[in-house]
Amino acid sequence: MSATREVISSGNELAAMAAVDAGCRFFGGYPLTPSSEVMHVISDLLPKVGGAAIQMEDEIAGVAAAIGAGMSGVRTLTATSGPGISLKAENLGLAQMCEVPLVVINVMRGGPSTGLPTRVSQGDVAQAKNPSHGDYKSITVCAGNLAECYTETVRAFNLADRFMQPVFVLLDETIGHMHAKAEIPTAQAVKEGIVPRKTFDGAPEDYLPYGVEQDQPAVLNPMFTGYRYHYTGLHHDASGFPTEEIETCRKLIDRLFQKVEKYTDEIESNEEYMIDDADILIIGYGSASLAIKEAINMLRKDGIKVGMFRPITLWPSPEKRLHELGQKFDKVLSVELNQGQYLEEIQRSMGRLDIAKLTKTNGRPFSPSDIIEKVKEL
Amino acid sequence: MAFNYDQYLRVNKMPTLWCWGCGDGVILKSFIRAVDKLGWKKDDICLVSGIGCSGRFSSYVDFNTVHTTHGRTIAFATGIKLANPDKHVVCVAGDGDALAIGGNHTIHGCRRNIDITMILINNFIYGLTNSQTSPTTPQGFWTVSQKAGNIDPTFDACKLAEAAGASFVGRETVNSPKKMEKLMIQAMEHKGFSFLDIQSNCHINLGRKNKMQSAMANLDWIDSITVSKKKYDTLSPEEQKNVFPTGVLKHDTEAKEYCELYEEIKKVHQGERKPITQDEFEKKI
Repeated sequence: MSATREVISSGNELAAMAAVDAGCRFFGGYPLTPSSEVMHVISDLLPKVGGAAIQMEDEIAGVAAAIGAGMSGVRTLTATSGPGISLKAENLGLAQMCEVPLVVINVMRGGPSTGLPTRVSQGDVAQAKNPSHGDYKSITVCAGNLAECYTETVRAFNLADRFMQPVFVLLDETIGHMHAKAEIPTAQAVKEGIVPRKTFDGAPEDYLPYGVEQDQPAVLNPMFTGYRYHYTGLHHDASGFPTEEIETCRKLIDRLFQKVEKYTDEIESNEEYMIDDADILIIGYGSASLAIKEAINMLRKDGIKVGMFRPITLWPSPEKRLHELGQKFDKVLSVELNQGQYLEEIQRSMGRLDIAKLTKTNGRPFSPSDIIEKVKEL
Repeated sequence: MAFNYDQYLRVNKMPTLWCWGCGDGVILKSFIRAVDKLGWKKDDICLVSGIGCSGRFSSYVDFNTVHTTHGRTIAFATGIKLANPDKHVVCVAGDGDALAIGGNHTIHGCRRNIDITMILINNFIYGLTNSQTSPTTPQGFWTVSQKAGNIDPTFDACKLAEAAGASFVGRETVNSPKKMEKLMIQAMEHKGFSFLDIQSNCHINLGRKNKMQSAMANLDWIDSITVSKKKYDTLSPEEQKNVFPTGVLKHDTEAKEYCELYEEIKKVHQGERKPITQDEFEKKI
């Protein structure tokens, strides 16, 4: 039996299907264009499998309910767009601090503020790195095609439980609303790939949820199972209770970084398209990569050898690979539907400032001709 | 034999961070006695608190406990309850927490009638952060953010809860720990959203600048602004203006509880019943 199936669907619908197949059993959210179809679909799917989906009174409550369910031990999801992330930010910080696994789908639209509600943007890439105040290490994946709306959402759930923190799945309006055929893994294959969060099975009196090695995430047992512990957004010690003890506070934030930084290999995911013989490198992600690929195919017909590097995991960034590519290519072009939010990361990773950029912030997707024109100018 | 509170407390977290004479301790003890009388297992209870002095409530009780962000207790609790409908979920929040920053969640928790008990610890002030005006601070009181006298109208949290749809609403004060315990038992036994306005003293950050410098003076003031519901009902509208009724103010056993209704949603999607229609609800509009 094949481990894949063909479906005709939209990006938002595929993300919702993926969540349920990945074992998600709770959704808390609030309607927000262009993400709402995630809620529409999952509110039908979850009760079918014994889960629950609730439309809360606002974005803040949507993520709070989702985190609450996550605290109790359930795989949990919220979905929104940029304005919703702005509102959810404080509670996302609580999830970082308490180390509660959660998947957050952001179907990006034009901003700032109300912006362009029904039009595409990649303007929340910088926000995804640090949505909340304080220090923590964000994990963000970005779907570049329809199938990835499914596969990256599945991966996000496993990453959330592995690293015990929120994981962002960035879609954008173009991909979220794209409706076409996609080849995705079977639900059974996804189920077999689920790696649940670690739990402690010793005596309750020996349980220290945050008493882990300095590069490890908290071990949070499900609620109501005899391990009564405490969640707090305050700095806390190994037992989870508030403290202001100097060394404990230092180590806590240090650990929130280390647990991710030391294992970026497990998180990193990139696509490299025709870069082996290329003279020019384009870097792009999300829906922009679809136009980039088409542009590359057309440019190559004209004898212009162009390749693409597409980070699928945006945060932490693939800084080592970007650095290598920066050494290899003289001509590098960054293509984004924002004013250059990831460009800064590319510049930092490559250690050079001479990266050409093509940006667009008028709510319209790139067309291959935009990219072809820019490449020919280089 | 004296009641053994220790079995429900995280005794290694004692003493509490609350000021001497604070009513929060009285509320904590009444709550513990109520849980004991109900016979609830510690493993089956989740207590959710917010930010403020009341926020520390969760760290002292030996249940599954969550100290959340400011104002959001009910939102977190809703997720916990809906994902675990057979468990007991209780929120504890202050007047600033539940009625100002968290007012929206209070309204909608009541409206959904989800089986959560909300214990509002109402001390009429932002106590932890040194005396800023809260939604229940009486007009004309001194606050650090309105030193010329508070001009912001105060409001009755129980009226809000009743109007928003909570199916159990009650009020007691720290002057009556036994009555409070009884009210808590009724509220927690009730299937549906139960809202309790528990009036408490903050002689440190409310009383000191408002001619109630001792705990006793603050408690006397609370006594002067509360009457039993029975007596309240005999007062003229003019007399009712300046007092709060105590006791059970609303007890609707007919209202449908949210998690139970959600089970019907599951049945619809699992093909066990037809979609829910208006006919199933008493209220049509």
